Amino acid sequence: MKRSRINATAIVVVAALFFVLPLVATLLFSLSMKRGVWSLEAYRVVFADSRFVDALTYSLVVAIVTILLGALLVVPSAYWVRLRFPRLRPLFEFLSLLPLVIPPIVLVFGYIRFYNSSSILPLTASETGTNVLLVLGYVALSLPYMYRAVDTGMAAVDIRTLTEAAESLGAGRRTILMSVIFPNVRASVLSGAFITFAIVMGEFVFASLLNRDTFGPYLALIGQNRAYEPSALAFMAFLFTWTCMGMMQLFARRRPRRRRNRRPFASPSERPVA
Amino acid sequence: MSAISSNTGDPPRGATRRAYRRLDFAWVGLVPFLAFTAFFLIGPVLYLVVGAFQNPNGDYTFANIVNLFSPQILRAYQLSLEISFASAVTGTVAGFLLAYAIVHGGLPKWIRPAVATFSGVASNFAGIPLAFAFIATLGRIGMVTSFLRETLGINIYAMGFNLFSFWGLTLTYLYFQLALMVLIITPAVDGLKSEWREAASMLGASSMQYWRKVALPVLMPSIMGCFLLLFANAFGTIATAYALTGSQLNIVPILLFAQIRGNVLYNPNLGYALAFGMIVITALSNVLYLVLRARAERWQR
Repeated sequence: MKRSRINATAIVVVAALFFVLPLVATLLFSLSMKRGVWSLEAYRVVFADSRFVDALTYSLVVAIVTILLGALLVVPSAYWVRLRFPRLRPLFEFLSLLPLVIPPIVLVFGYIRFYNSSSILPLTASETGTNVLLVLGYVALSLPYMYRAVDTGMAAVDIRTLTEAAESLGAGRRTILMSVIFPNVRASVLSGAFITFAIVMGEFVFASLLNRDTFGPYLALIGQNRAYEPSALAFMAFLFTWTCMGMMQLFARRRPRRRRNRRPFASPSERPVA
Repeated sequence: MSAISSNTGDPPRGATRRAYRRLDFAWVGLVPFLAFTAFFLIGPVLYLVVGAFQNPNGDYTFANIVNLFSPQILRAYQLSLEISFASAVTGTVAGFLLAYAIVHGGLPKWIRPAVATFSGVASNFAGIPLAFAFIATLGRIGMVTSFLRETLGINIYAMGFNLFSFWGLTLTYLYFQLALMVLIITPAVDGLKSEWREAASMLGASSMQYWRKVALPVLMPSIMGCFLLLFANAFGTIATAYALTGSQLNIVPILLFAQIRGNVLYNPNLGYALAFGMIVITALSNVLYLVLRARAERWQR
């Protein structure tokens, strides 16, 4: 028993070193741009670069639009399948998991060919079209996470009773979705949103091959030309991922049922069903 | 009526007629999602798959698939498979040991949630920033490299280590592979009941016998399944490799990247075949993963 504990301690210590050393080294490296002293020079240079600000802004906009579109696509679909077509749930789950099976580079290759300038839907022919394609591609990439999060969230609330209660009060489809279902899975949507955010902000292949100036290609460019700035960017990216994942886990753990009774429509689910 | 009740359970009283009319158009609600997956997942991929079996004139042929076995492409596949295999094996073994240590190691209680949370973050810390982090750590002027050389007098680059090589890339991949393994194997390790160990030792089994006859056979489907998932995970990755080695390491995703950018194979349809080969490999490992997971779940009830 004693020996196994020593082994376990050794394993955890080695793993912790492997996980933490690169982060510490990255931080120290990013602080050593000026010879002989620790300084925030690398960070100053990064923030002074207008391309950094542009790329970050563009990525932020893309990420937010992706999340909105993704939620708009997934919430009504997952709701409708659960309510009216429960037998199609495995099919929808399978479709939503496809982006994990198809490598992203293959997917974007398909887009470039499928939507090229001589196709029926020449999305890549114009700037706007390419932006739309990038966003829709990111919606596809984040589908596994968004769908899983929302579907799990819906399993936790009794959507059937909620729907019937709302219907008997005279609510229409849109009202039910927006004022009853959506508030009940808000925590799930947010948890899916944060992982989508992390994916979109760091994505490289789609943006690079569609020639979009997002954060990913900017990182690759800096990595080829600079020494200290990349580690400053990497450290910030890590903090960013950490924040997103932390927020995701926070929202994923929070059960909608535990929320206080604020919305009249939400109340039927919160009463224990006998 | 029976069709309705099988779909919705108890329809609200007095709503039968409305429910009938709604049912007729209920499928409309499925259209957006199905259309999206058709246009942005299945359609484009199918286009590539069909193209892989056509020549530039549109005639059907197996020539592209045969050409995949040319030395240049075969080498790329071989290198890709080797790197994916190496990083999946190291990730599987190390991740399993770590998961076992945090679950059954008798360590302080806070260790397990700390490792699990960190793994959740680290498994998503991939791509270009990860490459930068490893360059800052183990690159030629990285912090650890410098520390070893200046303080301990060990020059790892003189000893043959190179971050921008096969093993360097494998070590970098290990960062997210190890984290992913901990996340997905922990439930299976949790299912390893301590009663089994006690029963085995009461019957006189040694620790070795317990592992060989009880624990490993129970865990094997899970471990193999996780291995396949890590394998597919590494096989499809490109950003880390691209940022770390540029186009030095000729792995399939990087070759495909170059092909999409500049038709380096001088044959668009051969590019489709290259993509098709990637889908076949990742699809195979995912299907096998699902099969093994179904087997593994027998022990987790």
